[in-house]
Amino acid sequence: MGSISNLAYAGVFMALLGVALAGVIAYASRRLYVFEDPRIDEVEALLPKSNCGACGTAGCRNFAEKVVAGEVIPAQCTVNAPAQNTVIADLLGVDAGSVEKRVARLACAGGRHVAFMRARYAGHASCRAAHVVSGGGKACAWGCLGLADCANVCTFGAIHMDAHGLPVVDADKCSACNDCVEVCPKGLFSLEPVSRKLWVACKNLADGDTAEASCDVACTACGKCVMDSEPGLMKLDSNLAVIDYAQNALAARQAIERCPTGAIVWFDNPNSPTKGAEAKKILRQNELPLWNL
Amino acid sequence: MKLLSYFRGEAFQRGVHPPGCKHTADRPIRRLPFAPRLVVPLSQHIGRPSRPTVRVGEEVLRGQPIAAADGWLSVPQHAPATGVVEAIELRPSARGQWTECIVIRAFEASTQEVLWGAPQDLDAFPPQEIVLAVQRSGMVGLGGAAFPSHAKLTVPEGAKVETLVVNGCECEPYLTCDHRVMVEQAQDLMTGIRHAMRATGASRAIIGVEDNKPEAAEAMRRALPPQGGIFVEEVPTKYPQGSEKMLITALFGVEVPSGKLPLSLGMVVNNVGTLAALGRLLPTGQGLVERVVTVTGPGVARPGDYRVPLGTPLSFVLDYVGAPASVASNSRQVILGGPMMGQSVASLDVPVTKGVSGVLVFRGEDMANREGRRSYPCIKCGECVESCPMGLNPSTLGMLAAKREYDLMAKQYHLGDCFECGCCTYTCPSNIPLVQQFRVAKQILREKAVA
Repeated sequence: MGSISNLAYAGVFMALLGVALAGVIAYASRRLYVFEDPRIDEVEALLPKSNCGACGTAGCRNFAEKVVAGEVIPAQCTVNAPAQNTVIADLLGVDAGSVEKRVARLACAGGRHVAFMRARYAGHASCRAAHVVSGGGKACAWGCLGLADCANVCTFGAIHMDAHGLPVVDADKCSACNDCVEVCPKGLFSLEPVSRKLWVACKNLADGDTAEASCDVACTACGKCVMDSEPGLMKLDSNLAVIDYAQNALAARQAIERCPTGAIVWFDNPNSPTKGAEAKKILRQNELPLWNL
Repeated sequence: MKLLSYFRGEAFQRGVHPPGCKHTADRPIRRLPFAPRLVVPLSQHIGRPSRPTVRVGEEVLRGQPIAAADGWLSVPQHAPATGVVEAIELRPSARGQWTECIVIRAFEASTQEVLWGAPQDLDAFPPQEIVLAVQRSGMVGLGGAAFPSHAKLTVPEGAKVETLVVNGCECEPYLTCDHRVMVEQAQDLMTGIRHAMRATGASRAIIGVEDNKPEAAEAMRRALPPQGGIFVEEVPTKYPQGSEKMLITALFGVEVPSGKLPLSLGMVVNNVGTLAALGRLLPTGQGLVERVVTVTGPGVARPGDYRVPLGTPLSFVLDYVGAPASVASNSRQVILGGPMMGQSVASLDVPVTKGVSGVLVFRGEDMANREGRRSYPCIKCGECVESCPMGLNPSTLGMLAAKREYDLMAKQYHLGDCFECGCCTYTCPSNIPLVQQFRVAKQILREKAVA
């Protein structure tokens, strides 16, 4: 008998405690209420939630806050399709704006079929780890090591390694998030607006003969591209052809036509660079043997 | 744990005992002839690269300064051979990057005698001038780090140095160059120690030697000056005792605090090779033009310690010792430094620089059992934790590195204390490349710090 009344007391006490605490919570939620624009949640729901940072903010939530506050324009999200950004713009009643698409580009074309290795690297399979062991063993000290750190770091699956061990960027998937730029130990990636069609795919600073001996497609600094392009667009700097993109309007396909190695290319389509007519044809498909000195 | 170490007769906690392989310890140091072309990199040290002071086509004498120090943390370079400057251009370095080098074509049959330098009476110099004389000699730490010696011997304002610790541990397997220097140049070493004590104001010097080199300790005891002040202490052999923090723990039983220098305990640590070279160079006013290098390993027909002119290409060294460079390079491994902390080199055009203490050659068959070894997941056995001399947790650090949590590694797991001795990788039964990942992590953190 007594035990049942104890149970009843406990039940009643817990119920009263619950009501009292609910009251505290109800009061607190009023008292400590922070107004947050409901549109932030709505915008966030329309974002890709990849938190890649390509827009320059600390993730998608932060981007949503800044879009609603008018600090950034919806088009700055490079992962969303433009149509999706228009939906965000319509929701907020602003102009979606436009941002020129940028893609990651590799300044190297030295796959295993054209670039020699001096030594075989057999350690931890990562470009970063290979780079600290005497540069990774490639004859060209500036070239791509082909151990796929960039492909592994890419959140969007936009980079894959081709048959010759070079990363290939899928321009449609690339959101220009900068991850590959940061991870590459040789600093070969950079984010380039698609309007920059002229591109030097080499970073070798050795003199022409040394460079070409280590890699068939190296820039030999012969200067033909500089002569064939409009004055002021290109110059030779430390054995390398350099494009001044401030003068990008002057760029023309003509610059690549006489390049003997095909180190300078023209991106008509952001996914497939074309070499000049006089670039040597590379028929070899197999890996080169080790370079014995 | 500490008690156990005490009963086992160990000097510092944890660490490993790799096989010694010091096959060249009994052979006297021999001289290497001049290579036809010597390549002197302008950056052989930590700090700013030197500025060349010669022009292409200029004739230089052995020992003549050819590049000046650029600022305080930099040292001059001296011509390693009498010859003519053939080029000043980019050449491959052991690290992989191409760096600015002065290429000297040595005159045939030119003498090994150093033809430059005026004798100086160091005992009349005040401490600051001894430090400047050290900088003029182009000396850097010959143990491998290549940190400018004059910077190490400079006592900052407010600090006081009581003890000069002389590091004669040479804990890396295979290497015997410091051992031979201690045996053959004990007198030079004492001269060097005396000047270093005056430069730093230290009242005593303690030479720490591992007990696997009794004849080195004996040779130095015989050379000790009668007035005292210099002591020789033997410490139990263990890797990585040659690290200055481990040696201080072994000698004095105190630990250098995390992130601090031995200077915080009133100590300065120098390598025996450095001080012996200083003892020879300072009184004559000469510059550093050669160093003792252990060339050994199963792939070398005539292993030994060689006095090698700086700038000698590796291919020339290997030809001379009977490991010709024509052997297909995919069947051997060439390591600069010791097997634990040394670096494989990708090119034999790379020259011997001031920081190279050893050249090891392993043939393909010596590495056959390592071919294709894969790494397995961490089984949390704790071997790496038991071996890390700095008391870090390499297992956790390794897992964080795999997730690229570099900031967390630095902030919570003290990655900055790791000096890449490689004990964790050496003991890991799962063959996880731990120290390799830490090197990458530290490199990325350095890049971020600069950016």
